[in-house]
Amino acid sequence: MTRSQTEAEYLARLVPSSVAATLGRRTVLKGALGAGSLVGLSGLLAACGGDSGDGGGAGSTTVSLGSNESGTTFADQRQAMADAFLEATGTTVAINAVDHNTFQENINTYLQGNPDDVFSWFAGFRMRFFAEQGLIGEISDVWPLEGIPDSFQEASTGNDGGQYFVPQSYYPWAVFHRKSMFDEGGYSQPTTLDELVSLCDQMQADGLVPIAFGDSDGWPAMGTFDMLNMRINGFDYHIALMAGEESWESSEVKSVFEQWRDLLPYHQPDALGRTWQEAAQTLQQRQAGLYILGTFVNEQFPDDEDDLDFFTFPEIDSAIGAAAIDAPIDGFCMAADPDNAEGAKEFLAYLASPEAAAAAATTGLPFIAANTDADTSEYSAIQQKSVELVGEAENIAQFLDRDTRPDFASTVIIPAFQQFIGNPDDIGGLTKSIQEQKVSIFGS
Amino acid sequence: MAYETPGGAGGTVRGGGGTRAGGRARPLHRLTGADRAVVAAMVVVPTLFVVLLVWLPALASVLLSFTSWNGIGGLDEIEWIGVTNYVDVATIYPPFWPAVQHNAIWLVFLFLGPTVLGVFLAVLLDKEVRGSRFYQTALYMPVVLSLALIGFVWQLIYSRDQGLLNAALGTQIDWYGDPGVNLWAVLVATGWRHTGYIMLLYLAGLKGVDHSLREAAAVDGSGEVSTFFRIILPVMRPINLIVIVVVVIESLRAFDLVWVINRGRNGLELIAALVTSNVVGEASRIGFGSAMATIMLLISSVFIAIYLRVVLREER
Repeated sequence: MTRSQTEAEYLARLVPSSVAATLGRRTVLKGALGAGSLVGLSGLLAACGGDSGDGGGAGSTTVSLGSNESGTTFADQRQAMADAFLEATGTTVAINAVDHNTFQENINTYLQGNPDDVFSWFAGFRMRFFAEQGLIGEISDVWPLEGIPDSFQEASTGNDGGQYFVPQSYYPWAVFHRKSMFDEGGYSQPTTLDELVSLCDQMQADGLVPIAFGDSDGWPAMGTFDMLNMRINGFDYHIALMAGEESWESSEVKSVFEQWRDLLPYHQPDALGRTWQEAAQTLQQRQAGLYILGTFVNEQFPDDEDDLDFFTFPEIDSAIGAAAIDAPIDGFCMAADPDNAEGAKEFLAYLASPEAAAAAATTGLPFIAANTDADTSEYSAIQQKSVELVGEAENIAQFLDRDTRPDFASTVIIPAFQQFIGNPDDIGGLTKSIQEQKVSIFGS
Repeated sequence: MAYETPGGAGGTVRGGGGTRAGGRARPLHRLTGADRAVVAAMVVVPTLFVVLLVWLPALASVLLSFTSWNGIGGLDEIEWIGVTNYVDVATIYPPFWPAVQHNAIWLVFLFLGPTVLGVFLAVLLDKEVRGSRFYQTALYMPVVLSLALIGFVWQLIYSRDQGLLNAALGTQIDWYGDPGVNLWAVLVATGWRHTGYIMLLYLAGLKGVDHSLREAAAVDGSGEVSTFFRIILPVMRPINLIVIVVVVIESLRAFDLVWVINRGRNGLELIAALVTSNVVGEASRIGFGSAMATIMLLISSVFIAIYLRVVLREER
């Protein structure tokens, strides 16, 4: 984002909201939609400055929020944030909560129907895809947000360079283990692939399953692929591959599968019938030594979360290093045609603020805030360490099914990875099949 | 719904002779205006519903199968791509052929296993054995449960690490995850439910069989087995047809259970599950999914044609 745009946005904000409301939200939105039109927007606002007074509609005191969390900790956190927002600004937030999977499966119809002013969504390709289809409202004038790192702003940016998303929380993927098991076995955290392999050998000799693994749901294996691809071919190649710009039949991709095949014997066998929860249980019950997952693995450790620790997936190629990680960012978008655009933007800016994180933390279970100014004193040890990990990361990927087309991820990648796990030897046939389907879906 | 049709058809067969013989067409002409309106409404309203809710969506699916559309935006976003979707389905979509095969296995298994067992149980329960009410209830219970719940119940049994079956057998078989095993594990779970369904259908039919037929057979010295195969089974023809139709429908639309288990992947591919995973969700492949839905429609049409032939021939 250039400096002048920021200034224009700053000036636009100086105009009272009652004035902006007289413009009608469509005008404001259309003004905001064009690239670099923010200057025009403030001009428009100035032109209308004369006839302030006759106020906006009654709708301007309510913002609706479509939430993909219902009956969970996240739902409680969102309610707490809405309450705090009402207290601070006098704007009511009407939460329309839907079960997580239902929300996701209906997102197409939801966005094309009459979506709420603000709705919960994910950063990365999945956001850019809908932004490109014109189903998400541009909110570049909400940016820059104080305390939000550049890498997160990049993840909130659409293909046209404008912002369409505000980040609120994230959860990094890493290799988890139990501290007490490491102490007992005399293990240490590996930083290179060779160290990881010898650690696995050591664990196997001690009668442990080195790496817990469950891929019944189809997506956990994506985490392993992401790690290997980013370590072997680098972050840029990974993102290009996800965007459909690279061939899945390339030697780069094949080398990822080959490396994965070599590591598979260290993974828990028969992974395809096991849910991630069952796999986490094997670590919880001290039958497995390591587990590659997101920080939400702590759900399966209700009593001894303090014993959990993690390290980032070790380096494979020293020229590439280990500074790229998967850390899916959850946050919020604005509808393309919101009933209350001003209120929605105000609420979006609030959602990314340290105050929102503090309000959520009053539920007793804070999230890992995207905002670096947020108070971290309530965080658990795992959360503290997650903040460090993400702070040290040079590049952040969003996870395979958020970085590529969702239809490609669910109808091609999941069956292909499951086939690979069942039969890791036919890498040539597998990559050929993925590539053929990729061409059919991406059109090139 | 499906099993009301042949019953109704059977009724017309018996009444048919009389209507055709007598010149009773005349009273129709004496219908009042209100009667005509009612008759017209009774024909037009259901027809409208069928056309609107069944034929138009089916036709739309067929049309969409020749397009590429991600479900977003107006109809102008739809791009015609000819038969590409069909070619892709048949050539580069690995789950498709296994899915066709699994649907066929599903059909054959349901016929040979649970259907025969259900009929057998119905015949046994028709004997008024002691506690038959209890057995009926127990066997019918799974039918009342939703397939989603059945998936969960069997997950407790089949789970590799924590399941009942492996604990009891002392094995480590990956019942839901091993693509060579999981289809059969799921078929057993489906069969558990299907048996009760067929049993109740058949039992209801058996209750309607005239007792004098059995007595006559007994007087003529026919044994239990030959009475069943030579007398009861032919008399039950309408019910047999219903059972066959029900089994075909159940195996073509089989979906819920595999969807609950692993979304119809890794050895549990079924056409209906593939259609759903391509059409439902964000950024869907509407055209591609529709192509498979059309293929499913064609397969169903074959069975519908056979069924109609049988029913119509019977009416003649």
